[in-house]
Amino acid sequence: MGVISGNLPLYLQGFGTTLFLLLITTVIALPLGVVIAAMRISPIASLRTSAAVYTEVLRNTPLTLVFFFEAFVLPKLGTRLDFEVGAIVALTLYTAPFFAEAIRSGINSVPVGQAEAARSIGLGFTQTVMLVVLPQAIRSVIPPLVNVIIALTKNTSVASGFFVFTLVSAGQRLASANGDQVIAVLVGVAVFYVIITIPLGRFADWFEKRVAVTR
Amino acid sequence: MKLKSLTLLAAGAALLVAITGCGTPGSAGKPTASVSAKSGDGPYQLELAKAPTFAAGSTMEKLAKAGSIRIGTKYDQPLFGLLGTGDVPAGFDVAIGSLVASKLGIPFTKIKFSETVSANREPFLQNNQVDIVVATYTINDKRKQVVSFAGPYFLAGQAVLVLADNKTIKGPEDLAGKPVCSVEGSTPAANIVAKYTAKLVPTDVYSNCLDPLRNKQVVAMTTDNVILSGFVDRNKGEFKIVGKPFTEEPYGIGLAKDDTAFRAFINDVLEKSFTDGTWARLFAATAGKVLDTPQPPALTRY
Amino acid sequence: MSLRTTNRGEVSRGLASRGAASSVLYDAPGVRTKRRSRMISWVVAAVVLGVVGYSTFTLGSQGLFDAKRWDIFNDPLVWLDLLRALGTTLLAAAIAGTGAILLGMVLALLRLAASRWIRIPTTVVLEILRGLPVLLLMLFILLVFRVNPFVSVVVALVLYNGAIIGEALRSGLVALPRGQREAGLAIGLSGLQTRLLIEFPQAFRNMLPIIIAQLVVLLKDTSLGYIVGMLELLRRGRLISENFGAGTYAFSVFLVMVALYLAVNLTVSFIARTVAKRVNRAR
Repeated sequence: MGVISGNLPLYLQGFGTTLFLLLITTVIALPLGVVIAAMRISPIASLRTSAAVYTEVLRNTPLTLVFFFEAFVLPKLGTRLDFEVGAIVALTLYTAPFFAEAIRSGINSVPVGQAEAARSIGLGFTQTVMLVVLPQAIRSVIPPLVNVIIALTKNTSVASGFFVFTLVSAGQRLASANGDQVIAVLVGVAVFYVIITIPLGRFADWFEKRVAVTR
Repeated sequence: MKLKSLTLLAAGAALLVAITGCGTPGSAGKPTASVSAKSGDGPYQLELAKAPTFAAGSTMEKLAKAGSIRIGTKYDQPLFGLLGTGDVPAGFDVAIGSLVASKLGIPFTKIKFSETVSANREPFLQNNQVDIVVATYTINDKRKQVVSFAGPYFLAGQAVLVLADNKTIKGPEDLAGKPVCSVEGSTPAANIVAKYTAKLVPTDVYSNCLDPLRNKQVVAMTTDNVILSGFVDRNKGEFKIVGKPFTEEPYGIGLAKDDTAFRAFINDVLEKSFTDGTWARLFAATAGKVLDTPQPPALTRY
Repeated sequence: MSLRTTNRGEVSRGLASRGAASSVLYDAPGVRTKRRSRMISWVVAAVVLGVVGYSTFTLGSQGLFDAKRWDIFNDPLVWLDLLRALGTTLLAAAIAGTGAILLGMVLALLRLAASRWIRIPTTVVLEILRGLPVLLLMLFILLVFRVNPFVSVVVALVLYNGAIIGEALRSGLVALPRGQREAGLAIGLSGLQTRLLIEFPQAFRNMLPIIIAQLVVLLKDTSLGYIVGMLELLRRGRLISENFGAGTYAFSVFLVMVALYLAVNLTVSFIARTVAKRVNRAR
């Protein structure tokens, strides 16, 4: 295990990038997910359709191919991004629909009567959604949202194939330089992921229980 | 009805895979290179050892008796190990692996190839998932602590590739602090950071580096000269290699640690091929299509 | 993956799944709303078409749609390789999917067990499985248990996705009205029988969208099998592009890959939904 403590700076560098990608992507993709979810329940057919098509295409495509699009196709369309920015774009494009689906299932969990009540006291679409449906949906939506964030944590590793130094890159470099301790190196990588994901999972669990009590 | 036909299709595909051995790579397949009228086994026309005998209990005896060998190699390395159509890779590494097999009396079709990437080479050998690794595998001391190396069978050297019209970069010394693309986990990537303080832009296959280089998002890419030559050759006039190779990368054949008899056997096979012209013939038939055939390296029997 | 469903049952009947005409969220559109909605639709369509058209034109003007960049797909051997790799992907996903659902059921039961000596260790194992990158899980299994690459890929996928599906099923069970369980016990079924015969089918139905989505994730994750040397669809595609020259063929291989994955995943989702509908109807 000496290889882990001896190379802590490199691990931390990769860990830092992974955390950075995770945070920025969440901050951008989550609001985008809300917008997409809103589009999917909107009265305007074309918004519904385009949001649905976007969701289906992105959710059914491997992330590697989304990265490929960002790294090799976008430049051909005249958009040249910094490597980190590009990674955030790819991760955001891919993650937003998952957020949207989590939110949508949360909206589905709000009893229809709630919306009917809101409508019957004269609230419009925006008011009904913003004031009545979403506040209730958010509670049951947190656990699945956290699950998306956990998946995103691990998905940042794909960026290491596309010019960004992540935790997995650190693992690859150390595994190659320390051919005698490959397994230890990889255990180190796993530990750093688990440092992020387990607290997130515990939080989701705790939150779920809290909500269950207040209902 | 539609559902039924779709299910049938899926079942058919699954069956196909089951028949072809779960699709694991390297289950025997057709040779990809053309086989001329000349005698010899497989795409590299190697002479098979007929009923060779080895010391009882040795790895050679085990492999010869089993009549098959598992070889780990690269599938994405032009000239050395590249997977063509079918299940069989081609290149100089593959030829060298086949040479070893042929001296055990194992025909090409009985070689089980599997893909090795930088993270799994040593573990594959340590855990007996493959018998030998021939995968542009640089011999170094850390690796020697967990696996043994026969060879080297080739001497590469690290070099730098830039755009053809680049006048500022003349060698690795000019790369300090500049973004340079290479494959994470490869020896050249480690070198360029450690020795020349370049800013590594990491990826997972070398060909990924070409677009950022064209777009000037990186100033150079670096790896072994032989691989870079392949890119220069494929993209006429776009790129050039600057300066002389600045490291020595002896490619060795990896095998289980301390299997001294097996290592000695492979070294003998290599040595003979150096002198009888087989090595040069194999090189000419693979990497030699782009590179000049060099002199064979000197074996290090440590 | 906890998700509360309405007491009325399926997610697919909820607020966010209604079509324009039937939604309780807004009135049936009048003449003016209809006109405005149509106008917005035209604008959206124009923007989408514009972006797609511009992209296609720009890519085309760089020769990316030229025949010489696509000629490898005239070779039946290339398609044979792709189909075989697709077969590996589907086979691994089919076995792992079945396994993951079974494991998910077991985990859900254990997580709801009365004894904390079962509950707590299950939770720990579940958190670890959920948090580990599948890529590393595959490599660990291969090395520690010395199984072949295909088995290590399948087992890793079963463990990870079983954990996710288990959580989904558990929250589906928790969300069921209490009366369901009470009714089961009242007619003399044992606790386990009630779970298996009364509660599981309902939880399964309610959580179906999540489970299907997870099966698609599982199918896509087979592509991580390259770390143990399993040759599946995505890796094969990338190697084909390397073999024939990534400079020329990377783009066309990319488009073919996207098309194949979309076709396969949408088909899988469709089949799963159809099967589920039939099962429901039969009940």
